[in-house]
Amino acid sequence: MTAVPREWRDPAWRGRLTAAIVFAVILGPAFYLTEFNPAVLWSEAGASAVRQFLSTFLPPATSPEFLWMVIEAAWKTVAIATVGMAIAILIAAPAALIATRVLSVSRLAQGRMALWPSALRTGMRWLLIFLRSIPEIVWAMVFVRAVGLGDTAGVMAIGITYGGMLGKVYIEILESADQQATTALLRNGAGRLSSFWYAAFPACLPELLSYTIYRWECAIRASVVMGFVGAGGLGQQMELSMKMLAGGEVLTMLSMFVLLIFMADLVSAALRKVFA
Amino acid sequence: MTAPAVRLALGPVVSIAAALGFLLLCIASLSGDWRSFFSVEAMTKMSEFALAFAAPALDLTFLGKLAVASLETLAISFLGTLLAAVGGLALALPAAGRWGRAARGISRLFLNVLRSIPELVWAALTVIAAGLGPFAGTLALALHTTGVLGRLFAESLENVPPEPQASLRHHGVKPLIVFWYATFPQALPQLMSYSLYRWEINIRAAAVLGVVGAGGLGQMLHFHLSLFQFPETASVLIGMIVLVTIVDAISNRVRDRLTL
Repeated sequence: MTAVPREWRDPAWRGRLTAAIVFAVILGPAFYLTEFNPAVLWSEAGASAVRQFLSTFLPPATSPEFLWMVIEAAWKTVAIATVGMAIAILIAAPAALIATRVLSVSRLAQGRMALWPSALRTGMRWLLIFLRSIPEIVWAMVFVRAVGLGDTAGVMAIGITYGGMLGKVYIEILESADQQATTALLRNGAGRLSSFWYAAFPACLPELLSYTIYRWECAIRASVVMGFVGAGGLGQQMELSMKMLAGGEVLTMLSMFVLLIFMADLVSAALRKVFA
Repeated sequence: MTAPAVRLALGPVVSIAAALGFLLLCIASLSGDWRSFFSVEAMTKMSEFALAFAAPALDLTFLGKLAVASLETLAISFLGTLLAAVGGLALALPAAGRWGRAARGISRLFLNVLRSIPELVWAALTVIAAGLGPFAGTLALALHTTGVLGRLFAESLENVPPEPQASLRHHGVKPLIVFWYATFPQALPQLMSYSLYRWEINIRAAAVLGVVGAGGLGQMLHFHLSLFQFPETASVLIGMIVLVTIVDAISNRVRDRLTL
């Protein structure tokens, strides 16, 4: 029918055309809503602001007092992440113990869980979902406003969000492992806690540890970012220097930040290798 | 007789002691302002915040603004991810070793720098260049995500089965055409699924980028939270959660179809 030779016809044209149209229909509003305008970057005002700021980047700030302050702030960032993780574990471990189906006794007797235990476990899961569905930086902002600037806000923000995440993953780890040993202990009349300590826990320990260490690494990254809303550590100092357009200080702190992430990466990988 | 038992128990004891010692060191170096955290004033503020979720702000003009901000956040995350996919592919070509080892090393280093600076820090920088608003947020997301996707793309391009490329090349087809007809279509499902996965992460990031003035829901959140308007804050947060859930659902569905 058409003049187009057969071997030129694209057998997938319908799909391609639909995809292209859908894409175009989404892209238009997206460009509009984001006020997409690269010209701003080359405009007089934008370009000169960037040029001025970037020209202050070199040389990086290297006075001994400043370097000492940066190292102290970096250590504080690690401390916030670590104490935050400790609180997260204090939230997640009991929550996982309550919510995991592995330790359900009624499940063993009747094949499925009784009403109340099942409701308690579901409620616990919802609480964990609530904790982790609000980003840590939002918790940090709330705490900064309630308590004031400082590391306590950062610690609690990490504790709460990561408590929610750890709890969920702990439950998944416990439930995906082989449950025979735990079930055998429960069937023979052992208590829930002792079945946990002697069967489920040792079996899952490497995985639990390795995930916790991985999250610790993420917490360090998060605690830098939270500093930007005033929750202490390296981020808070970086925010101050950026506001004052002190590029040299920003460059030093960015390098420190990259170094810190790199080291956390190494330590976490090494530790996970030991425990795995 | 008891010696082996002691030796067995020593490992965990040492590691637990080391972990606890490190934790104590960390606690000691923080300001430890716990009293103000559990003070009556802070507690009432926080319970007000929690209770606001039961009665979020629901008047129509506010909901209208919330809808616009949600769309803005959606657009920021979508466009940021799309730009990053394009930029990431452009950088993945040299990073996959197509133009020699020097180009590979340089582009990998560049991708690492882009990736190791978080979105929020990029946003603080792009706000200076592009001014306050969603465009700065889009750029910030695009920069960080280019670093992430570039590396992932490079790896999937390197891992594509080599036979189709080799056979085209043996027949004298030009490298560019070999790429478009052999390498790219083979890697495409994986590239798409990485991009969609990053979109899920970026919708979360876009929702908070506004905190430094980069538009969308985050900017609204910052505004209402700074004025202690908790019902409005709760509405914005609920909006964020709904938006994230929708994007997750879309992305999951598309990814499922891709892998089939």
